Amino acid sequence: MQPNLTHLRQLEAESIHIIREVAASFERPVMLYSIGKDSSVLLHLARKAFYPAPPPFPLMHVDTTWKFREMIEFRDRMAAEYGFDLIVHINQDGVERGIGPFTHGSSLHTDVMKTESLKQALNKYKFDAAFGGARRDEEKARAKERVFSFRTETHRWDPKNQRPELWDIYNARINKGESIRAFPISNWTELDIWQYIYREQIPIVPLYYSAKRPVVERDGMLIMVDDDRMPLNPGETPEMKSVRFRTLGCYPLTGAVESEAATLPDIIQEMLLTRSSERQGRMIDHDQAGSMEKKKQEGYF
Amino acid sequence: MSHKSDLIAEDILGYLKAQEEKSLLRFITCGSVDDGKSTLIGRLLWDSKLIFEDQLAALESDSRKVGTQGGEIDFALLLDGLQAEREQGITIDVAYRFFSTDKRKFIVADTPGHEQYTRNMATGASTADVAVILIDARKGILTQTRRHSFITSLLGIKHVVLAVNKMDLIDYDQSKFDQIVAEYLKFAEQLNYSSITAIPLSALRGDNMIEPSANTPWYSGPTLLAHLEDVQVEQDAIEKPFRLPVQWVNRPNLDFRGFSGTISSGRVKPGDEVVVTASGLTSKVKDIVTFDGNLYEAIAGQAITLTLEDEIDISRGDVLAHADAKPDFADQFEARIIWMHEDHLLPGRPYLIKMGAQVANAQISDLKYKVNVNTLEHVAGKTLELNEVGIANISADKALAFDPYDQNRHSGRFIIIDRFTNATVGAGMVNHSLRRATNIKWQEMDINKGARAYQKGQKSVILWFTGLSGAGKSTVANLVEKKLHALGKHTYTLDGDNVRHGLNKDLGFTDADRVENIRRVGETAKLFVDAGVITLVSFISPFKSERQLARSLVEKDEFIEVFIDTPLEVCEQRDVKGLYKKARAGEIANFTGIDSPYERPENAEITVNTSDQTAEEAAEAIVSKLEEFGVLGAWFPEI
Repeated sequence: MQPNLTHLRQLEAESIHIIREVAASFERPVMLYSIGKDSSVLLHLARKAFYPAPPPFPLMHVDTTWKFREMIEFRDRMAAEYGFDLIVHINQDGVERGIGPFTHGSSLHTDVMKTESLKQALNKYKFDAAFGGARRDEEKARAKERVFSFRTETHRWDPKNQRPELWDIYNARINKGESIRAFPISNWTELDIWQYIYREQIPIVPLYYSAKRPVVERDGMLIMVDDDRMPLNPGETPEMKSVRFRTLGCYPLTGAVESEAATLPDIIQEMLLTRSSERQGRMIDHDQAGSMEKKKQEGYF
Repeated sequence: MSHKSDLIAEDILGYLKAQEEKSLLRFITCGSVDDGKSTLIGRLLWDSKLIFEDQLAALESDSRKVGTQGGEIDFALLLDGLQAEREQGITIDVAYRFFSTDKRKFIVADTPGHEQYTRNMATGASTADVAVILIDARKGILTQTRRHSFITSLLGIKHVVLAVNKMDLIDYDQSKFDQIVAEYLKFAEQLNYSSITAIPLSALRGDNMIEPSANTPWYSGPTLLAHLEDVQVEQDAIEKPFRLPVQWVNRPNLDFRGFSGTISSGRVKPGDEVVVTASGLTSKVKDIVTFDGNLYEAIAGQAITLTLEDEIDISRGDVLAHADAKPDFADQFEARIIWMHEDHLLPGRPYLIKMGAQVANAQISDLKYKVNVNTLEHVAGKTLELNEVGIANISADKALAFDPYDQNRHSGRFIIIDRFTNATVGAGMVNHSLRRATNIKWQEMDINKGARAYQKGQKSVILWFTGLSGAGKSTVANLVEKKLHALGKHTYTLDGDNVRHGLNKDLGFTDADRVENIRRVGETAKLFVDAGVITLVSFISPFKSERQLARSLVEKDEFIEVFIDTPLEVCEQRDVKGLYKKARAGEIANFTGIDSPYERPENAEITVNTSDQTAEEAAEAIVSKLEEFGVLGAWFPEI
């Protein structure tokens, strides 16, 4: 028997409901745009939610200055094509201090250029709600995240003191200075995201598709040499390999996988037949047990 | 095998096409760690190949470190999210898990089962269509089983799976299984379930989880996964009347005005006549607008934008419905409430309630009773504490549109927010609306009027003294009360002047105020009669209709009108308080007998006057009349 609404239709409707609810309940919402596939889906859903009007909030990219070049090109192309209001924030303080993943390590780099930078931007523009593309299936700590996740004036998350969230009714009440992080695609899985991108023909950064790219192998991860800021160790020479990325972040912190998947069906096929989860390509989760939970408490998305 | 690996490998496009037809089921698992709940969920994730190699590596290393399965894989460790909980070995929040098969995607609400986490279970149950209630086959039905069942039923879940787990530990004994099921079915009669499916399981060994088990040849029903794939829940919302709570008014330019929201129940088509619940304004649906094009029809669960034929005023919080099937619209309603915060519920305190997109100030005006979540017993109570459930009347500062939750689970549900801390302190489900007039119900007391009067050896009545100012009402009433008191009767006098110093000090002497003056005194006298007291009321009470009103408040034989028929000239001559003089001088307006009428009683039970009689004689006459009426003698009411 054919369902009345397929699972993707139901997930889509739930996300649109959440996006509209945030727009209606807050004075200055913003959509965090990380340029990855989840952000692409989020943006697509926002455009659906308010059609024929454009989304009534800006998009903001917190740029660590270490993103893949193709990500930045894609971002600017999308902004021009869809005509959305794009804010790009860079932690200038971090830039002046010369913070980078190679010189300062992934932990400090992420902390200064991502977490701190995000807080700076939220304070600067006085946003009282920020959409994020996090999903509950990504990581154990995220499984308990609320859809409307309350943050204190200092942007902290208290996992022990979260508001109960029943039905589709979200508590949007905050005091001045406090904020809400809203996660419209909480209930989507990686497979749902890919199926939806396929069905809706949503544009994504080409890095997700396999191509010959220059990579070096470090600590079991394939790191792409995206620009000449990457110092090569003695004896290290970039090799051209057929690789793609399952997740996108700062290029020195994001591992590629060897793959021949050059189309969406190929990617989905590979994902279904493979046996390793997508966040494995990210270094920050591996730093220490429960590291995502710690980062979230401090204000990381 | 949950995902068809062969098809994925050989025909990915065919596979993707098939995936488009997949449905979605949300369910909740209820049980404690000891019942094997985490193992059960872990096993479903494992068998649907949703555990990846790196997660498996972490799981293996965690299993060795903190596992409880002696080095074997401890599925429970897959699930416990937050670090502190992991160390304590319990789940203390609601976690959502995801897995899918070729037929369905599943969202599992994983909640703790202890009584102190009732709120978490209620939260998980709120979005679930099916509840999987775990039972340890060795222990059978426990207090917690009843609690879990009650909470899921309270939140409106209609379909239950009774997962009788750990069958391996009772040697797959059919008779024990049958016994547990029979006991449960009997208990569940009082709950509102429409289907109960009992399955003998071993989550640890995999019996009847995915594949039928060879260990239970006596069981011919579906496996857990097969049942979850097939159970039908989707029609529920679509068959209800159409409701569109308006979330957002979409107005990109002057030519377009759309009303956006998610259809909570029913279906809608262009041309349908719709009504705005609050204003009663109607129009016809012009278009159902979506990014993917206009729709011929939209059904429950779809997030859409409607445009209408007419320009009528609609804003966020309005609920659109079909004109011939409107929801209730009321500012007072009875609801069941689950309290979710450490600060107790305070009846009378203003809270915010959010019902869909509607927000109102509201107070819990009357907590009728609490429900013991373990025994389902009704308990009296003045407040609700964390995790307690109660039935209460709610009074909002504006009318809200809703359906009773039991009739339509996608309506009539709300959260309660503290106005100062902004915390979500409770959740509620509407039982039914209350109209203003019917809101205050008579509280039935075991000790009634008859019992109180009988104890005092009297019949309780109102002696209503009426007459002009200066007629001697208060003097006579005072003497009558003294005589009754001497006879051992229990009495009280409501005196016009005295009451105007307190209860009625806000009232003047206009006709409207005189009416209100008498109404209040009449109501007060009625309460005294109810208390078993002989009540003397000494008021000019010039208007017949108000004396009639006072009379109508009590039983026929409980109202004795005493007319002090002293002529105006005599009263004016006495002028004890000097009021007639002032009135004649025009210093007092609306003075009865001078420039405001006194309507003489036509059928007073007792008439005396103080021009032919002394006050003492008049009082004597009244008391003997009361004896005659049988008020003072022994009286045997029905108790």
